[in-house]
Amino acid sequence: MVDLSPLWLTIQLAGATTFFLLLLGTPLAWWLANTKSKARPMIEALTALPIVLPPTVIGFYFLILLSPTSAIGRFWVDVTGETLTFSFKGLVIASMFYSLPFMVQPLQTAFQTIGRAPMEAAATLRASPINAFFTVAVPMAKRGFLTAIVLSFTHTIGEFGVVLMVGGNIPGETKVISIAIYEHVETLRYAEAHQLAGGLMIFSFIVLLAVYTLNRRAAVHVG
Amino acid sequence: MSGKTLTLRARLPFEDHTIDFHEAISLSGITALFGPSGSGKSTLLRIIAGLENRGNLRLIYDNTIWSDTNAGIFCPPHKRPVGMVFQDDRLFPHLSVAGNLAFADKRSPKVNNPITMDHVVKSLDLLTLLNKFPATLSGGEKQRVALGRTLLTQPKLLLLDEPLSALDIRRKAELLPFLEKIPREFGVPAIFVSHAIDEVARLADEVILLSPDGHVSTRGPVPAIFDTQEMHEFTGKFEAGTFLQATVSAQDTAFKITTLDFEGEVLRMPMVASLNIGDRIQLRIRARDVAVATSRPEGISIRNAIAAVISEIKAEEETAFAEILFKVGTQTLRARITRQAVDELGLKVGQDAFALIKSVSFDRRVMISALG
Repeated sequence: MVDLSPLWLTIQLAGATTFFLLLLGTPLAWWLANTKSKARPMIEALTALPIVLPPTVIGFYFLILLSPTSAIGRFWVDVTGETLTFSFKGLVIASMFYSLPFMVQPLQTAFQTIGRAPMEAAATLRASPINAFFTVAVPMAKRGFLTAIVLSFTHTIGEFGVVLMVGGNIPGETKVISIAIYEHVETLRYAEAHQLAGGLMIFSFIVLLAVYTLNRRAAVHVG
Repeated sequence: MSGKTLTLRARLPFEDHTIDFHEAISLSGITALFGPSGSGKSTLLRIIAGLENRGNLRLIYDNTIWSDTNAGIFCPPHKRPVGMVFQDDRLFPHLSVAGNLAFADKRSPKVNNPITMDHVVKSLDLLTLLNKFPATLSGGEKQRVALGRTLLTQPKLLLLDEPLSALDIRRKAELLPFLEKIPREFGVPAIFVSHAIDEVARLADEVILLSPDGHVSTRGPVPAIFDTQEMHEFTGKFEAGTFLQATVSAQDTAFKITTLDFEGEVLRMPMVASLNIGDRIQLRIRARDVAVATSRPEGISIRNAIAAVISEIKAEEETAFAEILFKVGTQTLRARITRQAVDELGLKVGQDAFALIKSVSFDRRVMISALG
């Protein structure tokens, strides 16, 4: 039987990355959708960077940024006694940047589509801005959230280059499914490679199918 | 009648001009902000709601400062006791009608709430709509829900931003009676923005007329304001008319005709069932719906021929038209006919003549019952 720990690790990484990205990406997307600041194109370009860069470039710079010789890496070692490179936590940080556009762009589009009008209506109905955000903007952007969460999750599952550079291949810590498949192929264990690769393909297809089906249903109410 | 007022002083750049507004608005009845598109009247309403905060503003609601640019005071919109109905309904698409109403109800102040859900649902006829979603409603239904939702915030002031402008004529006619009765029924003063004279004439107690360059051109109570020079300049001669006061003298249920006593003369109009004999009512008659005859005509379908004295003839040399003013008792009637007709009929000031008014030209929508 094939070792399933890479699969479990992958789901943990994708889950953690998506969760923290949601916390970070939602306010960022809201700001991008509503700001008149001149800094907006700059931030948008930075956010989109991971789409065009080869993952090895991202991985390379994160390796440098997170290593104990850098200020951030040193700070982390001082506080926790562990290194960020070649660790699960380091992978989460690098993956967040790698998947950032997949969280921010669908949310920004959804927030822009909603526009200011419903928020103004909510304000005249005595909802505070925070309250209006959670009771009007979030439900109206339901499809945007669904798309953003699923894309971030599946995109993180599919990453390889960043993980290889920042995390290496430590079983139970950084050996995620894509690395495991690569290793199986390298060592000519095609049967195991098939099981993981085929399983991942079916899983991704089912998730995407579910999203597109849900999106069609949601359209009836939310328009 | 309370003596409370809302005082707004606003100076801000708007499109190609500067809005310069400084008026006190009575917090009773319905005040119309009336003016051409682009005069900034919707912006003034948004300033009152707190949705705009630019330029130099000072807004005082009955001794409470809502905005004061110079003092750095700004009360955010969700803390102002105003309700706003927008041009577009702005219902929340993810909530049912009941959900939209509950959104407002939940957030209203918890003490001293005179407006109840039951009253709103009944008054705006929303019962059959409660389980529907906004996407399935007609434009008029959406605006009714929006109006109900706004009322449930327990507003001390209603702001109506051209709530009829997105509707077609039929939907407009459906919604108008609700807009007419709601502020009075729920005892909430309203400021109403419109560029349609018939809506203003029907709904407003007082009119503030804005000029295209963002200044107040004139203001005054309905109907007197409609006879001012400024109003005529804005509405154009085509819409110009006069308001008449008459008394209901008979109701003919067979022919569906209401007969009125107007300075001893008889006026007939399509029956308005809600009127009682003896009621004093007000009518608006447009000058273009009045013709002139030098003797009482026979064999003509126009039912209303009023004996009157010509008090003034205003020829418009640059157009084909002339305006004839008639004295009927103490009231004035206005007719717009061609200068050629004036010439051929030999009309003179002081002459006895007949003003012919087509029955159908009575605009039911601008009748304001219960004068004084």
